[in-house]
Amino acid sequence: MAIAIGAKLARRDARGDQLRRAAESIVIPLLALLAAMILFGIFVGVQRVNPLTLYALMYRGAFGTWFSWQNTLTRAAPLILTALCTALPAQLGMVIIGGEGAFVMGGLAATAAALALPDAAPLVVQLAMAGAGLAAGGLWIAFVGALRHYRGVNETISSLLLVYIAIALLNQLVEGPMRDPASLNKPSTHAIGTANMIGSIPGSEIHWGLAFGVIAALLAYVLVYRTSFGFAARIVGGNLRAAQAVGLAVGRLVLSLCFLGGAAAGLAGMIEIAAVQGRANANLAAGYGTTGILVAFLARHNPLAIIPVAILLGGIGASGGLIQRRLGLPDASVLVLEGIIFLMVLASDTLYGRFALFTPRER
Amino acid sequence: MAAPASAMAALGWWGLPLAVIAGAVRVSTPFLFVSLGECLTERSGRINLGLEGTLVMGAMSGYGVSYLTGSPWLGVLAAGIVGSLFGALHAAFCSLPRVNDIAIGIALMLFGVGLAFYIGKPLIEPQAPILPSIELAWWSRVPQLREALRINVLFLIGIVLAPFLLWALKHTRWGLILRTAGESADAALALGYSVNLIRLAATMAGGVLAGIGGSFLSLYYPGNWNERLSSGQGITAVALVIFARWDPMLCFWASILFGGAGALGPALQSLGFSEGYYLFNAAPYILTLLIMIITCSRRRTLIGAPAELSITR
Repeated sequence: MAIAIGAKLARRDARGDQLRRAAESIVIPLLALLAAMILFGIFVGVQRVNPLTLYALMYRGAFGTWFSWQNTLTRAAPLILTALCTALPAQLGMVIIGGEGAFVMGGLAATAAALALPDAAPLVVQLAMAGAGLAAGGLWIAFVGALRHYRGVNETISSLLLVYIAIALLNQLVEGPMRDPASLNKPSTHAIGTANMIGSIPGSEIHWGLAFGVIAALLAYVLVYRTSFGFAARIVGGNLRAAQAVGLAVGRLVLSLCFLGGAAAGLAGMIEIAAVQGRANANLAAGYGTTGILVAFLARHNPLAIIPVAILLGGIGASGGLIQRRLGLPDASVLVLEGIIFLMVLASDTLYGRFALFTPRER
Repeated sequence: MAAPASAMAALGWWGLPLAVIAGAVRVSTPFLFVSLGECLTERSGRINLGLEGTLVMGAMSGYGVSYLTGSPWLGVLAAGIVGSLFGALHAAFCSLPRVNDIAIGIALMLFGVGLAFYIGKPLIEPQAPILPSIELAWWSRVPQLREALRINVLFLIGIVLAPFLLWALKHTRWGLILRTAGESADAALALGYSVNLIRLAATMAGGVLAGIGGSFLSLYYPGNWNERLSSGQGITAVALVIFARWDPMLCFWASILFGGAGALGPALQSLGFSEGYYLFNAAPYILTLLIMIITCSRRRTLIGAPAELSITR
């Protein structure tokens, strides 16, 4: 009897600890965000721009109207997917920052797939594009994982080098073999055709990419936190030696999670072609992959948290145009703000476990 | 800039190795400075991936100061100071407990690039005075040779700096303290030194060099400021340090090699061979990746790697 009550109490305590830890991992990033906003406010304040006016404008440009919400959500869609490219391998303790490369390769492969099927039905073309995008992006990052696992090549550096190589490949193909001769000022491939474009979610201007992104993030969450595969991955991330000692297939985990992460970014590239650009050109490398790194870190590599964080960062991007027009701030303001947020979020790692409120009670 | 295409054509394909050598000398300077800086930082046991951002900030601030004061050397000085500030920022963040140096580097890379674009907006149009160069082949009538041996002073400083750093790391008290912090933080602590302070100094010194390397881009070659000025030289240089086994002299030779690879695309283009231009421009990245694949190993830690370095653990 006494034992049963004790067990019940212990369970309640465990739940409390869990709640406290969850609260901590929400409150600390919010504090970091606040600190970043204060710092950026000082930065623009020095240039005689009222920070309150700025943030009010940013709110309007990001979440103020239905129009700005649509803009924000359209930008959030690729960010969710590129963030997964950093967040999934991060479960294993790997720091991959090459989402931009997988994004570009995915877009390029999807375009090639569409152009190779000129007479197929739109649904067939779209499925082929998605398959090509997933495979190209996945293999691109799986290559990084393979280099890490089999050759010990640092994955952070190799994934970034592959971004530059992917962009060079894009430029080479777009200006060479895949070029539409009619594209004079901005070398591009032939258009994939309006019939093959994936449309918008009914009643909005937001393309279906958002739905794909949300579904991918949910699937990733289930994979990481609700399957034994994800559990094994988190053991590897926590302690590689222990994982090897219990006989986990580390190589298989590395390759699969890198492939899945890259596939997500590749799908984002495919969506960018099939829903926005309609053809591949230099516009493809617009920085979604780079912002995705920040989204992943801000979400602490939790796939579920990636969704709101991507919407937040999409909103910051969406408001860039408005603050540029109204306040005359350069378009790089968004980059500066993102950089400051990134720094503050990383610095806030030092706060975990410092607040008595969030730490497990002594028993 | 490459010699006129017609002059190139007169030499035929012999112009290619000459143009590659000329390019190697010219293009290698930023690689050289960034890799020497990163080498110092990594020998102290910390990796700064943010040198790409420092490089771009150095390029922008050097160009801006040169434009405002009319003196490119003041620009180089400013670039060094800005670089040291970014180094200090990196070190300050990393000295907090549980903050990861690689992640901070990524953040500083994005922050530095963004800040440089932000502040540098008005600098895209005007032309600032650029750094002078020394013509070592004044006696020759072959324009390609004169071009190849027109050497910037910063490159000469780099040539002197590499063996000096090697000597300083090996034979001075400072070098020994720095290496101790890199090999075993506990040992440095036992000797009564603050590991964070040593790493702060090493990261700041690395930042100075990376900033100067950036000023070379904007103040000599290509000699202007725009948002496409640096495309990964900073990160390539970080990879190059691994390839060079944390040895300043090997950093020098590796920089020359990478400079040559980077010069291949423009050199071929000036010969009228424009097929695959973009791929040749990606040669330094492909080369870096290949070298990392060949020289890294899964089983043993790399020879010469500082034991405290998170990238090799």
